[in-house]
Amino acid sequence: MPTPRVKMPATAAKGEVFEVKTTIDHDMESGQRKDKDGKPIPRKIINKFTVTLNGKEVFKADWAAAISANPYCSFFLTATESGTVEFKWQDDDGSVYSTSQAITVS
Amino acid sequence: MSTKTSAVTRRTVLAGIGAGAAAMAVAPKLAHADKAAADDSLAKLLGGVKPHDGKVKIKLPQIAENGNTVPFTVTVDSPMTEASYVKAIHVVAEGNPTPGVASFYFTPTGKAEVSMRMRLGKTQDVRAVALMSDGTAWQASQEVKVTIGGCGG
Repeated sequence: MPTPRVKMPATAAKGEVFEVKTTIDHDMESGQRKDKDGKPIPRKIINKFTVTLNGKEVFKADWAAAISANPYCSFFLTATESGTVEFKWQDDDGSVYSTSQAITVS
Repeated sequence: MSTKTSAVTRRTVLAGIGAGAAAMAVAPKLAHADKAAADDSLAKLLGGVKPHDGKVKIKLPQIAENGNTVPFTVTVDSPMTEASYVKAIHVVAEGNPTPGVASFYFTPTGKAEVSMRMRLGKTQDVRAVALMSDGTAWQASQEVKVTIGGCGG
């Protein structure tokens, strides 16, 4: 089971722009590689990444096989309201890995 | 003597032209096959909007020793307000087996910047296109020299 990791501030001043750094351990098997018997290794990548704040979508990404293993993604949000930021990674096989972090905006 | 020399020269020149023309007839197809695929995939993502050069900055290493992890940062010169913001950033690698790398969809929050790490199979141009809330699209591209390709074997 891949472990997601997120780094962002727990508190922020209203209107402040802060960086969110995310990563998840995953092979991101591209489907281009072959095993030692020369058979192609089937593709298995995280193809979708979604970020919501209190249930409202704030950032989303579609990833292709060209994304490196253990995908790292960083982006920015503005502190508008206190609440929960939820992160979801969607795998090719339908699995969804998620984590969330609380933010207090003052 | 002089006619013979000129005949040889003429033949050499013609042979040269012939070879050149043959090379030119083949070369553009090979060189642009991947670029055309990148153009196609971008055209689909942009829904027919033609990107202009400018506003977008793509930060990449000039030389990537390991094609398996090539860090990139795309920044767009744009506010992130309801009135004007970056809706999407699409990144394509023109020389990979498939050109698509990632599409990022933004809302009016934070700033118009995103960073990730990608795989590059060989030395190639990487292009980033930003689609703005006003419907225009802007692009930038940069070549990355790849020492060891990142597509496995």
